[in-house]
Amino acid sequence: MIALARPLRLMAALAMIAAVGALLLPWQASLLSLARAARYRTAPLDLSLREQVGQSGFLAALSGFRSPLAAFLWIEAHSAWEKTEWGRMQGLFETVTTLQPHTLLYWDIAAWHMAWNASAAVLQDTRQKSPVLRERARRQYVDLGRRLIEDGIRNNPDSSLLWERLGILLRDKLEDHAAAADAFGKAASLPGAAPYVHRMAAYEEARTPGRERLAYGHLRSIYLDEPAMHTPRMLSRLRDLEHRLNLPPAECIPDPSLPASR
Amino acid sequence: MRGFLLSLLRVSAIGRNTFTELVRQKVFFFLLIFALVVIGNSSFLARFSFQEEFQMLKDVALGAMSVFLSLLAILATANLLPRDLEDRTIFTILSKPVPRHEYLLGKLLGVVLLLTLSTVVMGGLFLTVLLLREQGVLNETRQAFTGTPGELAVALDQVRSAAFGPDLLPAMAIQLVKSVLLASLTLLISTFATSGIFAILVAASAYLIGHLQSTAREFWMAGVGIHWWTRIFAALVALVFPDLQAFNLTDDIVAGTPLPHGLFLQTVALGAVYSVVYLAVACFLFQEREL
Repeated sequence: MIALARPLRLMAALAMIAAVGALLLPWQASLLSLARAARYRTAPLDLSLREQVGQSGFLAALSGFRSPLAAFLWIEAHSAWEKTEWGRMQGLFETVTTLQPHTLLYWDIAAWHMAWNASAAVLQDTRQKSPVLRERARRQYVDLGRRLIEDGIRNNPDSSLLWERLGILLRDKLEDHAAAADAFGKAASLPGAAPYVHRMAAYEEARTPGRERLAYGHLRSIYLDEPAMHTPRMLSRLRDLEHRLNLPPAECIPDPSLPASR
Repeated sequence: MRGFLLSLLRVSAIGRNTFTELVRQKVFFFLLIFALVVIGNSSFLARFSFQEEFQMLKDVALGAMSVFLSLLAILATANLLPRDLEDRTIFTILSKPVPRHEYLLGKLLGVVLLLTLSTVVMGGLFLTVLLLREQGVLNETRQAFTGTPGELAVALDQVRSAAFGPDLLPAMAIQLVKSVLLASLTLLISTFATSGIFAILVAASAYLIGHLQSTAREFWMAGVGIHWWTRIFAALVALVFPDLQAFNLTDDIVAGTPLPHGLFLQTVALGAVYSVVYLAVACFLFQEREL
């Protein structure tokens, strides 16, 4: 090996590393593309996160400790919940979901806390004398829960769970049955959907004016395909739709256990 | 062939000695802290829902594994050469027919053994705690459930899928690869470092900058609307430092994102390439170092 003076040797070593670094650049870029295509390394590490988590938190996130940091902030949010500090919880949830945008659990539970717990608590908050303002606050928290789930869906478009949760929120908190039916329908079409979601879509269609025919078709096929679904709720929905659609007896469900069609 | 076998024997002898030396320094005490973190965390999290509990157990345990492995890789490696120089062991070894590159390879092998054993022990402990908690939640679910057998099966499947994911093992393997890379980089630094502390500081700085390498690379490649000196600085960072963000897949694995085989294998291969390159450059620097 050629004998070099120590500084020259160090320079040569640095040049070797840089040369290998240059050779590795295309591979690193393609690996990053591969990772992003598989929904890895997509969480933003930018100034807005720096403002949310502070300098040490940002350093931890940069050093590959996003998930433990998110876990600690989640525990903090849990403590805030025990003290019913809804505003603080909201901020923590936004940070946690920014750090870990692909953890469905965080979107799901954060939205539930906002749309159910916070909205109910502010409605019963006697420190606010005005019922109008209480209702306004309730609505704001429900909207916040909806926004969290919708943001979760934007980050995880293939998540059946989040579409299902959006459907539940639209149904129970906003009473938008048409939108709830669409959300449940989308949830049912995605991989990993719970077996009951397509029924929920049909039930919501049945409650949507103008979609009775579609709902009847769906519920009828569920009834005929799934004997376990011969439940009182299903039968009553079918009977109600037959009545609203004014179907002739020949087109009604041919099940002798059903009461006679009106 | 015989020469190669002899070389292997020498390297493995130095590796074994390095490993024994590191074990004698009681570096495994950190495993006790890890056990406290995992078990303490697990009992504390029992008040959450089972999905939250498992999620956070995985987050904290894998995060702690990453911290301990990175620290161990840097701290254990940084002092190897300075200590051998200080107690003059290096002269005894190199006065025998042991080439310097074999000495360095043996040293790295010892650290790799230590890191592998630590990963296995920490991983085993973490998976045992996870399994025990999973069994606890399964038993509670069975006892509390009053629905049909089909519904119970769905509930139990939900508990199982929330607890153990098959990608947890590749996640730990990637952490090991990253720590081996760090050990190799620290060994390279220690070949020209004047003390152990200097090597630790430089390696820790390289660790932090390495996590920004991909940002610098993208910044340099995009290169729009930035000053030329900023571009040169970004290029230097991108070329000289390893892309450590490439090994930070654990965050997304814990979130339940499936890990494609291609991504896993390429990440491991990238780690292996970096480690070999740093070892080769370390040998180049150490070859003519005055001892």
